[in-house]
Amino acid sequence: MFREKVLEKSFLLIALSSISILALIAFFIFQQGIPLMWKVGPNSFLLGDRWFPSKESFGIFPMIVGSFWVTLGSLVVGVPLGVACAIFLCELTPPAIAMVLRPMIQLLAAIPSVIYGFWGLIVLVPIIRDSLGGPGLSILAGSLVLGIMILPTIISIAEDSLRALPRSYKEGALSLGATHWQTIWRVLLPAARSGIASSVILGMGRAIGETMAMIMILGNAAQMPHSILDSARTLTTNIGIEMGYASGDHRQALFATGVVLFFIIMALNSLALFLSRRRRA
Amino acid sequence: MRMRISRHHTQALAKGVIWVAAFSTLVVMFWILYQVLREGLPRLHFEFFLQAPRQMGRAGGISSTIIGTIALTIVAIVIATPLGVGTAIFLREYTRESRVSRVIRFGTDCLAGVPSIIFGLFGFVFFVIFLGLGWSILSGGLTLATMILPTIICTAEEAIKAVPYTYREASFALGGTRWQTIRKMVLPNALPGILTGLLLGVGRSVGETAAVILTAGSSFITPGSLFSPIRTMAVHFYILAREGISMEMAYATGAALILLILAINMAANWLMYRYVHRA
Repeated sequence: MFREKVLEKSFLLIALSSISILALIAFFIFQQGIPLMWKVGPNSFLLGDRWFPSKESFGIFPMIVGSFWVTLGSLVVGVPLGVACAIFLCELTPPAIAMVLRPMIQLLAAIPSVIYGFWGLIVLVPIIRDSLGGPGLSILAGSLVLGIMILPTIISIAEDSLRALPRSYKEGALSLGATHWQTIWRVLLPAARSGIASSVILGMGRAIGETMAMIMILGNAAQMPHSILDSARTLTTNIGIEMGYASGDHRQALFATGVVLFFIIMALNSLALFLSRRRRA
Repeated sequence: MRMRISRHHTQALAKGVIWVAAFSTLVVMFWILYQVLREGLPRLHFEFFLQAPRQMGRAGGISSTIIGTIALTIVAIVIATPLGVGTAIFLREYTRESRVSRVIRFGTDCLAGVPSIIFGLFGFVFFVIFLGLGWSILSGGLTLATMILPTIICTAEEAIKAVPYTYREASFALGGTRWQTIRKMVLPNALPGILTGLLLGVGRSVGETAAVILTAGSSFITPGSLFSPIRTMAVHFYILAREGISMEMAYATGAALILLILAINMAANWLMYRYVHRA
């Protein structure tokens, strides 16, 4: 009996590891980043548009704007495509074929982000440069690649939420004489909307957090982008590019960039959790 | 009558659009794989795998980066497996839905959403500097372990959940204790599912770049101990391609990386398939 008690307590201890790791991550990133943010002043750090680490000028507003545009662009590409694929897997294809297709879509999630970045660099960037002008390394190229990268997240969660709907919804709509498409569009999609919304939010989290692929295709200019053909820098790529050689205040400014990123991600995660909890309830 | 025709037309059009969307997703995926494999596969020889990189990676092979990848992955799996499976056992076998389990689940869900560059920053300041492990296999492996933990917890929990409750009842009825039941009944039956999760963790570790480059360094000298810095295949590929050192070598390394990821993924799918069909 004593042995069982000890085991139970040790399993509890192990189980607290993930929450303690999360706390450790938050603690260490904040401890490195927050002092500099106060030194510079939260306002001029978040809203300053000049990033010149050598001149002690740390304003990350261009990166916030860059992250915003690239993420928005990836959603424009990824959401319609992802939801369409989810509908395809649930409604338009026999289960046997869906069973073959699903692992293929999961393979999209397994392809390393550096491979996506490389593909964007050698395929998309030249096409954009030649047909639309500009450097090619651009928000447009980044959005297209990110839009593909977030597909597995959107597809799998949207598909789960479509599948979780009671069969009677579909049967009811069809028996009232609605076409299959009317059933999908007017009944199934609205019924699954909170699940689809949480798939979009989680996809958004992935898009904001992506680093290596974006370093390779965004061009990384630390200035305010003015069009989707401009080069840009995101919060993540700012850290990824400069962390290799930064020291002192510069390094702390990168951690402060991480703090901002961490807050955005936590807000998105909580929103997605809230939505999926409501769905379950 | 006109109404009827038009809604069937709408349906045909809408379904057509969805078919095109699904088809183009697959096309893009094969395009990405094909682009790298077409240029890379012809350059894969035995020597490429057996020689260390020379001249910054312009010549030679990728042997030391393969060793680096394997070493890092082993450390990550060895650390993350007991924590992940232990958590899953606790959540499924030792507790009902309670405040503790909700906190644990919240932590796991949040950890799963944290971007890899944040894990990299954390690993750098905690393992590399605070614990003084330096840029090393150990720092990189520990960082990856924290990163793959949510995946392992989730899949292990699903696998344990799928073991029929009657198995446990039978064991309790024979006088088995909780731990005996877990060890002799639950874990053996959940093993394929747990292994699938481990393979997914291996896949993530192999493909990860951002977190690894900040914690394990990028030295391509063959490592001597757990405290040596290393370069993984993914990092090697990234450096070759981004710094334009050698496109040929980048393609070859990328092809090797893709083959490895494909193999890992296929193994995971095969296990999942078998497991789903047996349960």
